[in-house]
Amino acid sequence: MSTTTRRRGSPLVFVIWGYIIWSLVPVLIAVIYSFNDGRSRTVWQGFSLRWWITDPYASIFRNDETRNAISNSLVLAFATLLLVTPLGIALAIGSQRIRGRSANFVQGLTSTPLITPEIVVGAALLLTFTRLFTAVPLGFFAQLLGNVTFSLASVVVIVRARLVSIGTSFEEAARDLGATRWQALRFVLLPMLWPSVMASLVVVFATVIDDFVITSFLSAGVSSETVPLRIYSSVRGGATPALNALATLLVLTSFAVLIIGLFGLSTWRKRHGERGGLRAALADVTRMES
Amino acid sequence: MDALYRRLTTANLKNSPRLWAGFAIPGTVWLTVLFVIPFYAVACVAFGTIDPVFRDAVPQWNPLSWDFVQAKQIFTSLATGPLRGVAIRTVVYVVCAMTLCFVIGFPIAYFLARHAGKRKLLLLVLIIVPFWVNYLMRMLAWVNLLSVDGLFTRFMRNFGINYNWLDGSPITVTLGLVYGYIPFLILPLYATLERLDWRLVDAARDLGAKPRQAFRLVTLPMSKAGLVAAGILIALPMFGDYYTNDLLSRSPSTEMIGNQIDFFLNASTQPQNGALLVLALSLFLLLFMSFYLRSTRQQSRQVTR
Repeated sequence: MSTTTRRRGSPLVFVIWGYIIWSLVPVLIAVIYSFNDGRSRTVWQGFSLRWWITDPYASIFRNDETRNAISNSLVLAFATLLLVTPLGIALAIGSQRIRGRSANFVQGLTSTPLITPEIVVGAALLLTFTRLFTAVPLGFFAQLLGNVTFSLASVVVIVRARLVSIGTSFEEAARDLGATRWQALRFVLLPMLWPSVMASLVVVFATVIDDFVITSFLSAGVSSETVPLRIYSSVRGGATPALNALATLLVLTSFAVLIIGLFGLSTWRKRHGERGGLRAALADVTRMES
Repeated sequence: MDALYRRLTTANLKNSPRLWAGFAIPGTVWLTVLFVIPFYAVACVAFGTIDPVFRDAVPQWNPLSWDFVQAKQIFTSLATGPLRGVAIRTVVYVVCAMTLCFVIGFPIAYFLARHAGKRKLLLLVLIIVPFWVNYLMRMLAWVNLLSVDGLFTRFMRNFGINYNWLDGSPITVTLGLVYGYIPFLILPLYATLERLDWRLVDAARDLGAKPRQAFRLVTLPMSKAGLVAAGILIALPMFGDYYTNDLLSRSPSTEMIGNQIDFFLNASTQPQNGALLVLALSLFLLLFMSFYLRSTRQQSRQVTR
């Protein structure tokens, strides 16, 4: 039986490895060319670190505009995290526990942004900030509000899934043992939510640091240029391999965050005797179960 | 028994509605102000007027005096006028890209869910990696390969194919969409197939169904809802895509609706047209979105029950 199933699957092995090669090799080539010694992004001229650090003007860590974009990206990502995490956790708890017509409204409100194309959100916010809420100038502040709005839904989805799997029995037990409702929430529920909070932090950080559409619609020129905007504006020009280096840096950053998050998640799970190692952690951060 | 227990305990927690409403209020207000009201603002710009002197769009905040002249013009243009090509192209590119995504993605998800065996975790990780590589990086990688002296272009020249990939080629744009969005299809597909009760398929096989029959009569009906939801999940951003086009083509001959929105809002003096196109796109996508929300709600209801 098992041999027949394996034989039936065998042509698919080539499909899957073919796909993996197709999806990863172009990116790897782009990473390799960030170490090109010449100015070309397509013809190899030897290895060097000039586009990363050695060139005093053009390398990504020494070029003023690039450094500005890196710091803008990081500030935007951390500021978004700071706002969206408490907002999202509270909304997840609230929306999961209220009932009636308002529950339906909140439910719809929290799931719609997740599937609305970014261009629609970006365009709508652009028109809002330029015509209605004119007190909000385009630039960092508008980008922050936009990114919080767009990523709020993903925090809610991740935390809510965890709430459903926890159930209410632990809180009930705490209540039976004399805890107030608030204490049960603070000392029983919140600590148990931690893995979903960690997963949300990772997902939101990666979303914001990679975000291009909303951030670009709400930007106000160079002062609020982030790394993705800088990459976007130079892809089709005669940019040097510094562009590849910058894109590689972006990818490395989100992977670093992902790996830290995954590691943290599986350690937490192990320490608290919960099942599911790396695979459960992967499911958490890829929203496969939503 | 379990359901009864759950109902009893939830009933107990549900009796503090004010507390939970208090939790939900800040986020709800946030989303109302920055997600719902912006759509109203779009409508007000779309159905507003144009300043005769500065030629700028003047929003009309009172829905009773909305003006539909420009709206009629844009919708006529989409149906029969100059924007018709853009509308058709958008649909054709997305449909082609979706079909390719399923043709490539389904076997991969199927293999991962059923036959991956010992290598499953490794394969899963390798499939997830592109999910985490920035979209721009993945497009940039292909821009490098497809440019006039790029590796791929040079490679293809060996076979006598001398094609200008990055200059308004519909093939490049469609394949770019496939390359960009397929990771977002494979994972939900995999999650759907992983959850299936494969014993039913095995039972069908044992009862004499040929593999193809078992697939058509058992696997497909069981996974249909998940497949449709996964498809919608990538169709929505594809319909609003403008950056793939911008990066891989930059030619008016391949422009999609997103490019027109981007142009009208960010590069022209006619934001009203941009607002109208945003509304048109949202209305069109509302169909898919409501379908998706309904199907996921049904699924989650089944899970919690």
